[in-house]
Amino acid sequence: MKSLKTLVIAAALSLGAVGVGHAQAPAAAPVEAPVAATAANPAPTAVDTAAPTTAPVATEVAAPAGDATYVPMKPTPGVGQPIDAGIDFQPQVSPVGEQAYWFNHVILLPVITIITLIVLGLMLWAMFRYRAKANPVPSKTTHNTFIEIIWTAIPVLILAVIAVPSIRLLAQQYEPPSKEALTIKVTGYQWYWGYAYPDQGIGEYVSKMLTEDQAKASGEPHQLAVDNRMVVPVGRQVKLIITGADVIHSFAVPAFWTKMDAVPGRANETTFTANKVGVYYGQCSELCGVDHGFMPIAVEVLPVDKWEAWVRSKGGNPAGPVAAVPAAAAPSPVAAGAAAPAATPAATTTEAAPAAAPAAAPVATN
Amino acid sequence: MTDIAATAPAHGHADHAHDDHDHDTPGFFVRWFMSTNHKDIGTLYLIFAIIAGIVGGVISGLMRWELAEPGIQYLTGWAQFFDPAAGEVQGKHFWNVMITAHGLIMVFFMVMPAMIGGFGNWFVPLMIGAPDMAFPRMNNVSFWLTAVAFIMLVGSMFVPGGSGLGAGTGWTVYAPLSTSGSVGPAVDMAIFSLHLAGAASILGAINFITTIFNMRAPGMTIHKMPLFVWSVLVTAFLLLLALPVLAAAITMLLTDRNFGTTFYDAAGGGDPVLYQHLFWFFGHPEVYIMILPGFGIVSQIISTFSKKPVFGYLGMAYAMVAIGVVGFIVWAHHMFTVGMSVNLKMYFTAATMVIAVPTGIKIFSWIATMWGGSMTFKTPMMWSLGFIFMFTVGGVTGVVLANGGVDTNLHDTYYVVAHFHYVLSLGAVFSLFAGFYYWFPKMSGRMYNEFLGQLHFWIFFIGVNVLFFPQHFLGQQGMPRRYPDYPEAYAFWHLISSYGYVIMAVGVLIFFVNILYSLVAGKRAADNPWGEGATTLEWTLSSPPPFHQFNELPRIA
Repeated sequence: MKSLKTLVIAAALSLGAVGVGHAQAPAAAPVEAPVAATAANPAPTAVDTAAPTTAPVATEVAAPAGDATYVPMKPTPGVGQPIDAGIDFQPQVSPVGEQAYWFNHVILLPVITIITLIVLGLMLWAMFRYRAKANPVPSKTTHNTFIEIIWTAIPVLILAVIAVPSIRLLAQQYEPPSKEALTIKVTGYQWYWGYAYPDQGIGEYVSKMLTEDQAKASGEPHQLAVDNRMVVPVGRQVKLIITGADVIHSFAVPAFWTKMDAVPGRANETTFTANKVGVYYGQCSELCGVDHGFMPIAVEVLPVDKWEAWVRSKGGNPAGPVAAVPAAAAPSPVAAGAAAPAATPAATTTEAAPAAAPAAAPVATN
Repeated sequence: MTDIAATAPAHGHADHAHDDHDHDTPGFFVRWFMSTNHKDIGTLYLIFAIIAGIVGGVISGLMRWELAEPGIQYLTGWAQFFDPAAGEVQGKHFWNVMITAHGLIMVFFMVMPAMIGGFGNWFVPLMIGAPDMAFPRMNNVSFWLTAVAFIMLVGSMFVPGGSGLGAGTGWTVYAPLSTSGSVGPAVDMAIFSLHLAGAASILGAINFITTIFNMRAPGMTIHKMPLFVWSVLVTAFLLLLALPVLAAAITMLLTDRNFGTTFYDAAGGGDPVLYQHLFWFFGHPEVYIMILPGFGIVSQIISTFSKKPVFGYLGMAYAMVAIGVVGFIVWAHHMFTVGMSVNLKMYFTAATMVIAVPTGIKIFSWIATMWGGSMTFKTPMMWSLGFIFMFTVGGVTGVVLANGGVDTNLHDTYYVVAHFHYVLSLGAVFSLFAGFYYWFPKMSGRMYNEFLGQLHFWIFFIGVNVLFFPQHFLGQQGMPRRYPDYPEAYAFWHLISSYGYVIMAVGVLIFFVNILYSLVAGKRAADNPWGEGATTLEWTLSSPPPFHQFNELPRIA
């Protein structure tokens, strides 16, 4: 709660600062007004308790569009985090994740289940049919070249069938990031994460696990909740540059199908595109010492305008150098749906900030 | 090959040899502490493995106890057992010490000594018709190095290792957590322990290779060797080629830690990832080192209790050779998330999947061995059947993990934990129990109790499945490995998993009751208690075999 307040204060302060530079605060206000009127969105200071509980993700997207301040979003139960007694993968919200999930559930899982059942069935049948009582005289067969070729060739074929989508998935994961990708520098420390947005001018800030009481107070799962989240815009590709400061850590978000080691002295790169607004949790996935289990990751995926508000609250410039990239209009092919209309105006506007707010309106309809 | 007709050593010879040497059977100390007898050394290895298994098993029990509920309940208290001043930090450090110790003990001091040191020493010479191992004195050195290594590892738990007592680096000892990340002598001690265990294994490997190549009885060509001997031969080559790489890797760790070198420190031009490449170049063959002798044991047992020679003997033998060879070129699938190029990842994905082919050949050949057989379901057979099925389950999840793209999500989660416990705890350990029951009459001269054996199998079988199957679910949900605590959503399956441990522990208890009861009051075992299906040479000897056997070499038809 304390940190929340500081955040809000910081947001106000930085907003003022940014406003002076870009004359954006006045422009944003009128845009915000009509939206705010339709949505029962209380004043920013009260949001932490009231708004998110009444507004699940879908409406959350609609309601505060154009809201100029950032308030940490509440997680959606069952999304971006494990569920009680859950057995499946977490619901995937990135194109790579969907592809990988499909690969596992449509190809791998059926194949391995069938193979296991065939082995079990053959074993049980042999145990029944060739038990000593039923078959007192054993056969002397020790070779059958044909069948040996068969049970060598068929697994080869099955593996070849698996290999095709597997290689395709790898290729997809390693597609070079688009030029519009949002770059975030991730640094693993013993035992917390540091995030920086070099293009937005947001210097590194630290993300630490909330205590159990703090997590309860903010309505988040303990051991996953953090004080300062990584915040990214929905539908826009994010490029992570990951490194470790002391020992090896590993940045992982199961809902994005993302995991990359944070190795000291190396800058590892990986990308993800989150296509659904929400809060997604992950945990450090490489043994890094005493508090390895206590340095979770929380990524908040926001509509573009809210993300921009967050950037401003951090004292950054949402447009950043992205705006300077000429004719970067074509949105990344993976960023379908909601992302497309949002990304286009943002990229074409040079003065960016004020214009971005109205442009974000279509997002709300998604 | 298994239809070996041993023409020579009628019992007269064996007993005669026994009588001859009775008077110079050494006294207790010389016999057990300065032994040069492969059977005695094998027995020492088995006893050692059982003790190490108890230590490693108790540690895993403590871990399941702590994990049964969310929150950290007992760690600090347990840490205070070692250091009365321990606080919460030391408690959490103790967790890392436990995962490290459990892994190292089970790999280096339980499975390997039992399989290679225990059954290998006991039965390779017997099966090839040799009087002993090629280098009996070196055999003894191997064992005592292993014992000292174990003491060293346990000792490391009592000296400072950074945030608390003991080495908390994980069994993989990744740099820089194991270098700059762990101050104090504990990690050095653990590394020395690995050096000693590795040296012991290399000596053992040389011994086995020499023995198998040079001391086979007349007529036993390499293509007539029992599959267990084949499996130990392949394993010995893997040890010989893989362990020096580990030794080099951890020596560089030592110099990084103590002498200011920077092999694994990017700040000095080194690379932490280099350590991982070296470690897994050893580490992947290591997993086959742990499972190949199990393949051999299971092959013997399936054949014995189906009363049928092994189906596709040559295919079985060369499938193991293939697994051994391919096992050396797939190592980086253990480090898919370390940040490697897409081409490298594609290669390691494809290469890893290839291993499924020879493994599949083995599974199908075992089933084909049963096909048309006349099967009885004695305890060793039950363990072998359990092995085949459980190893299949562990194998197919391995195919899932082999896909670099899928592994991105599952890497370092409980799915991986479930996978490798299915191939090790339910694979290697099942084959160990199978071998133990199979050869117990030969080694001890007494029959085990069949009822207790069956009971042990079923309870253990149910226990380990309840213990490890839910861990697939935890992994798919995202639960990372090596965590002392977890979000509440994971509580349900963790609790089930801990119940599974309790069931399994009851099974192990029955095992010990069975051993003790059978050693004292078991029925006297016949020379060949398994009947016509048991065709290998050890069953031509008395139970237990004479102190020195095959003074006159058997001739293989």
